[in-house]
Amino acid sequence: MSWGLDDVRVSRGGSLALAGATVPADPGRITVLVGGDGAGKSTCLGVLAGLIEPAAGFVRRPAKERIGYVPATGGIYADLTVEENLAFFAAAYRLPGAERRGRSAEILRQTGLAGATTRLGGQLSGGMQRKLAVGLALLHEPELLILDEPTTGVDPVSRAELWRLISRAAASGTAVVVSTTYLNEAARAARVVLLAAGSVLASGSPEDILGGVPGLLGSSADGARPAELSWRRGASWRVWAPAGRLPDGARQVLPDFEDAVVVAELGRELAGHGSEQEG
Amino acid sequence: MGILAESAAVCRRFGSFTAVSGVDIAVSGGEVVGLLGANGAGKTTLIRLLLGLAEPTQGTVALFGSLPSIATRRRVGYVPQTLGLYAGLTVAQNWSFTAAAFGTHAPLPARIAGWRRELVGGLPLGAQRQVAFAVALSHEPELLVLDEPTSGVSPLGRARLWEEIRSAASRGAGVLVTTHYMEEAEQCDRLLVMAAGRVVAAGTASQIVGGRTVAEARCEDNNRAFTVLDEGGIAVQLLGGAVRASAEPGAVSALLSGAGIDADVSLVPANLEEAFVDIVTSRAA
Repeated sequence: MSWGLDDVRVSRGGSLALAGATVPADPGRITVLVGGDGAGKSTCLGVLAGLIEPAAGFVRRPAKERIGYVPATGGIYADLTVEENLAFFAAAYRLPGAERRGRSAEILRQTGLAGATTRLGGQLSGGMQRKLAVGLALLHEPELLILDEPTTGVDPVSRAELWRLISRAAASGTAVVVSTTYLNEAARAARVVLLAAGSVLASGSPEDILGGVPGLLGSSADGARPAELSWRRGASWRVWAPAGRLPDGARQVLPDFEDAVVVAELGRELAGHGSEQEG
Repeated sequence: MGILAESAAVCRRFGSFTAVSGVDIAVSGGEVVGLLGANGAGKTTLIRLLLGLAEPTQGTVALFGSLPSIATRRRVGYVPQTLGLYAGLTVAQNWSFTAAAFGTHAPLPARIAGWRRELVGGLPLGAQRQVAFAVALSHEPELLVLDEPTSGVSPLGRARLWEEIRSAASRGAGVLVTTHYMEEAEQCDRLLVMAAGRVVAAGTASQIVGGRTVAEARCEDNNRAFTVLDEGGIAVQLLGGAVRASAEPGAVSALLSGAGIDADVSLVPANLEEAFVDIVTSRAA
């Protein structure tokens, strides 16, 4: 069974927080939602988890007890120990006794928290808290795992461990939807959905998104800004030529995710939807 | 251009905990230096030492050639992780407050003027970052210190903040940036990697990666290959439509063929993130 959102709209305070979002969530695959603050990532995940009522569109999700959801902050009880957190979630998911012990031991092993069972959730490092939160959401072996920015603010070492947990869940058949602001994490996905200001800018496999960048992309040496549609990349400039004509002195380069997303956002501004003020 | 901030064998201990241990660092005008490290590696403490916000237990620190002081700090623009804005004041009030503190008279930049009457605390995080950035640049500092400057900012917003960082550097300012984004680290002229209070690697992004390699396996069923390698005790990840493992290709091939998986396994250069994890975890072990 395939889960996900089809053309979902969410209104908030008279305006559209989500203007028709389609987000696939297939068993055994990872879908990554990419976008900055305010792009609509959390809203998509909230609708998928059944926490936000959409104004229009279709939502396909398994029964509530077959979903694992980790919000952007929290997802653990700070004043319970690691062991108590596991016991609480196991009871909430109504896991039978034997399964409860087996799954708890497995989650402790996978998260590397076996040596920290008596520590309070709130006393764990940021990376350990996120690993515990993801582990708790996996305790009942959900069919759909929904993670809201699990790696934001987490250092690269803990991030690699978190992705191993997430990939393991997908490899065992779970449908996973993860949001992130780290563009290189899109390369970990089977499907990528780029969001900005509540709209889907692009959607597809990582290769589709890179291959779908319109026009030409160039690199230009340090110095003055080479063209209107350009941005910094290290000491050099990137130039986007939507009509396919790069300025003199620019060397054509193949786009990466950073480029693809910047181009998508610039394209949106050009079409008159964006604003300079957007965060 | 000359050295703006430097430390020699600087150490900082808190009780029995050594946060920074024997670090030598120098940031010159015109360059962008990236400071990478896991949480708790000592990055923020090192920045506080360089700015004179913390005293070294041992070693020395110089800011513009002398001990850090209020006079030298005037020449620095600092954006802490917590942004350093007054959440209960409007954008215009924050701007005027900083202008009064530094004795400058610059008008509110157009890029943030649209929010002039908004309370900073009510703006989205990405917008708050842009305001903090503009405020930190308002007195044309010679040294810019940015602690995770673009966390939560959209990619286009991040590209625009980097345009400002780069134009400050091309005007001669030195820039010291901490970040967890590898895309952002690759924008720096050179990098310092910290682990457990020490600098464990330094150089350009490609020097940090060095000759490091990983094994990349391409096959029909990535999920099965991932599971086989993971259960075989190999640090493995799904990336770019392939399975990448920090192991010898021979060992990867053996495990996969043992499980009946037909895969093309090749040795490929590690990316900066893989190199970073390798450097930091081998140091900690």
